[in-house]
Amino acid sequence: MKATCWMGRNTVEVQEVPDPRILNARDAVVRITSTAICGSDLHLYDGYIPTVKKGDILGHEFMGEVVEVGSEVSTLRVGDRVVVPFPIACGNCAACEHGLYSVCENSNPNAGLAEKLMGHSPAGIFGYSHMLGGYPGGQAEYARVPFADVGPIKIEDDLPDDQVLFLSDILPTGWMGAEMCDIKPGDVIAVWGAGPVGQFAVASAFLMGAERVISIDRFPYRLKRAERAGAETLNYEEVDILDALRDMTAGRGPDGCIDAVGMEAHHPTGLVHAYDRVKQATRMETERPHALREAIMSCRNGGTVSVIGVYGGLLDKFPMGSLMNRSLTLRSGQCHVQRYLEPLLGRIRNGDIDPSFVISHRMPLEDAPRGYEMFKNKQEECNKVILTP
Amino acid sequence: MSEGHDRTTDRLARALGWASLGLGVVQVAAPGAVSRLSGVDDSARARGTILLVGARELFHAAVLLGSRNPASWVWTRVAGDALDLTALGQALANRAGRRRGRVAAVTAAVAGITAVDMYTAVRANRPHEDRGEDGRDERTMNLHAAITINRPREEVYRYWRDFENLPRFMAHLESVEMVGGGRSRWKARAPLKKTVEWEAEIVEDRSGELIAWRSTEGALVGNSGSVRFSDAPGGRGTEMRVNLGYDPPGGKIGMTLARLLGEHPEQQVRDDLRRFKQVVETGEVVRSEGSPEGTRAVRQLIQRPAQPVR
Ligand SMILES: NC(=O)c1ccc[n+]([C@@H]2O[C@H](COP(=O)([O-])OP(=O)(O)OC[C@H]3O[C@@H](n4cnc5c(N)ncnc54)[C@H](O)[C@@H]3O)[C@@H](O)[C@H]2O)c1
Ligand SMILES: [Zn+2]
Ligand SMILES: [Zn+2]
Repeated sequence: MKATCWMGRNTVEVQEVPDPRILNARDAVVRITSTAICGSDLHLYDGYIPTVKKGDILGHEFMGEVVEVGSEVSTLRVGDRVVVPFPIACGNCAACEHGLYSVCENSNPNAGLAEKLMGHSPAGIFGYSHMLGGYPGGQAEYARVPFADVGPIKIEDDLPDDQVLFLSDILPTGWMGAEMCDIKPGDVIAVWGAGPVGQFAVASAFLMGAERVISIDRFPYRLKRAERAGAETLNYEEVDILDALRDMTAGRGPDGCIDAVGMEAHHPTGLVHAYDRVKQATRMETERPHALREAIMSCRNGGTVSVIGVYGGLLDKFPMGSLMNRSLTLRSGQCHVQRYLEPLLGRIRNGDIDPSFVISHRMPLEDAPRGYEMFKNKQEECNKVILTP
Repeated sequence: MSEGHDRTTDRLARALGWASLGLGVVQVAAPGAVSRLSGVDDSARARGTILLVGARELFHAAVLLGSRNPASWVWTRVAGDALDLTALGQALANRAGRRRGRVAAVTAAVAGITAVDMYTAVRANRPHEDRGEDGRDERTMNLHAAITINRPREEVYRYWRDFENLPRFMAHLESVEMVGGGRSRWKARAPLKKTVEWEAEIVEDRSGELIAWRSTEGALVGNSGSVRFSDAPGGRGTEMRVNLGYDPPGGKIGMTLARLLGEHPEQQVRDDLRRFKQVVETGEVVRSEGSPEGTRAVRQLIQRPAQPVR
């Protein structure tokens, strides 16, 4: 089959690789009909996630048709149409039983590696480094899906791929970002990053009853998309975010601050950006956490900072004093996608949200290298790329 | 917990390295002041001697702080102490009054430091010892690991109690065969496609609580193990604590055994337990294309690319 392989920093190639086969009795093999490139893939593409190997198949947002099931899978049949959540989760461990699927205790065969860096291991993730499992990803024609009796959700009606594909990751992720803010009537929510994840966070915050949502980025075309979802917008290259937010909230600060940017944030001041770039390049810190620093500093006293942007390791100049002295709550996590599949599919069905609004580009799987370039450099107003095998 | 040289000794050795560094720097930078403080400033040779001693201290510091295995270098300090004490002994014999008091104080301090150096050096040279459960002194490599399993205690106990299940999740085991009377035959993979075999007997078995076994007399590789099961608090399943002891009758076999367990035996036991948890909770050892063999621990470090296996 054809698959998108990581070949080194800033290089992916679509290569011919063996077809997947069942390795565990609870596996299924899925023929992929739609897959997407995620902001998280960019962290791998740019080489900031450790333990990625040359030849690794990327991609963790995919859906398709079941073509083979293992002997222990009784919930799926060949021919079923499924969306596959990006965290791999067993459904049996204590974490899974509590709905904490992205920290499943059994799905990372390389937990020992992750423990060295993080103390304890999170779940395995499709196409997301060896430290997180060494599983091939879904930017391919086929993928093996472990614990197929737990993760995938069957799509039994005629909703098109475009509307349900993002259940695999970014829709629930944006949703969880807003949910972690515990939104109450009157709340003002600020969202750093107006990428697809940020856009879904904006939409979710409104669905949860936020009074106002403020979207922060520097690309006008992305801010426009957030505006269409109902947000007010701030361009951090034009205004000082801390000041602007203070002003917009009459001095209080936003009640909830969502970081939908992650480890590769950009900083408008060349010097600060350069400082963090150098430290990141020399591996003295693994993150460039400008958005997170700003989210913490901006947040209302006693408010919540919700981190859905991905971080890989260690960061520098973390405003712990602000967090501690002002009674902030910091919440975070890779999305526990499985938890949100049913309720969000329900909301798509009843028309509360149509996630296809984030799509800007479609291309055949073979063009994945071009898709990565465009999405990384935000060329041609690229917002979200769908690949079709 | 303990493999090879122990960490306490290394920590101690490193602390001595820092002490050497501090002393060495002062001696080299201000030999005059040091000679006054030590009461030997009346001697023409004192400054030169202190400079040399300072240089030697810096050498100690370099080897103790620079080495991955600092404990083994502590003997260099003991040798240095002997020289110092000899020099101080001479100085003491030639002096009287306040000077004599100062020299005596320095001598006492150096003697104290020598005692610490000796202790550390002896610790470092001694094979690692652990007290067995019954209080007996053993020359053993002891490994310990613990895990929580989201299943009732009885069930977890029963799965382990059938030793024939062990090779499903213990990387170095090829097979275990129950031969009756609480005895079992174990076969383990050794380097170069060889295998090592031994017989074991159950020495204690309390249902749902404890299983302890040890290899029988005459086993090439003396070893023992115990697993304790207890209820995790608040309905969190079962806490399991595993202790494995390897009791090499001869150094060579001990080495073979260590190699058999891989370079990081502690890590391997933890990984074995993790796989045990996978089997009990999910039904199987979880495999990924990066390490499709499942039980081969080395694969964690030497992964295939994440691509389907042909
Ligand atoms: N937690 C999860 O489960 C999960 C799931 C999916 C994605 N993510 C993460 O969410 C983040 C966003 O993903 P995406 O697909 O939207 O990526 P993206 O690259 O399309 O969007 C990131 C946006 O952040 C903006 N940005 C950069 N620096 C900024 C700053 N200092 N202030 C404000 N905005 C800034 C960029 O201009 C860009 O528009 C990534 O870190 C991704 O890894 C997390
Ligand atoms: Zn993603
Ligand atoms: Zn689980």
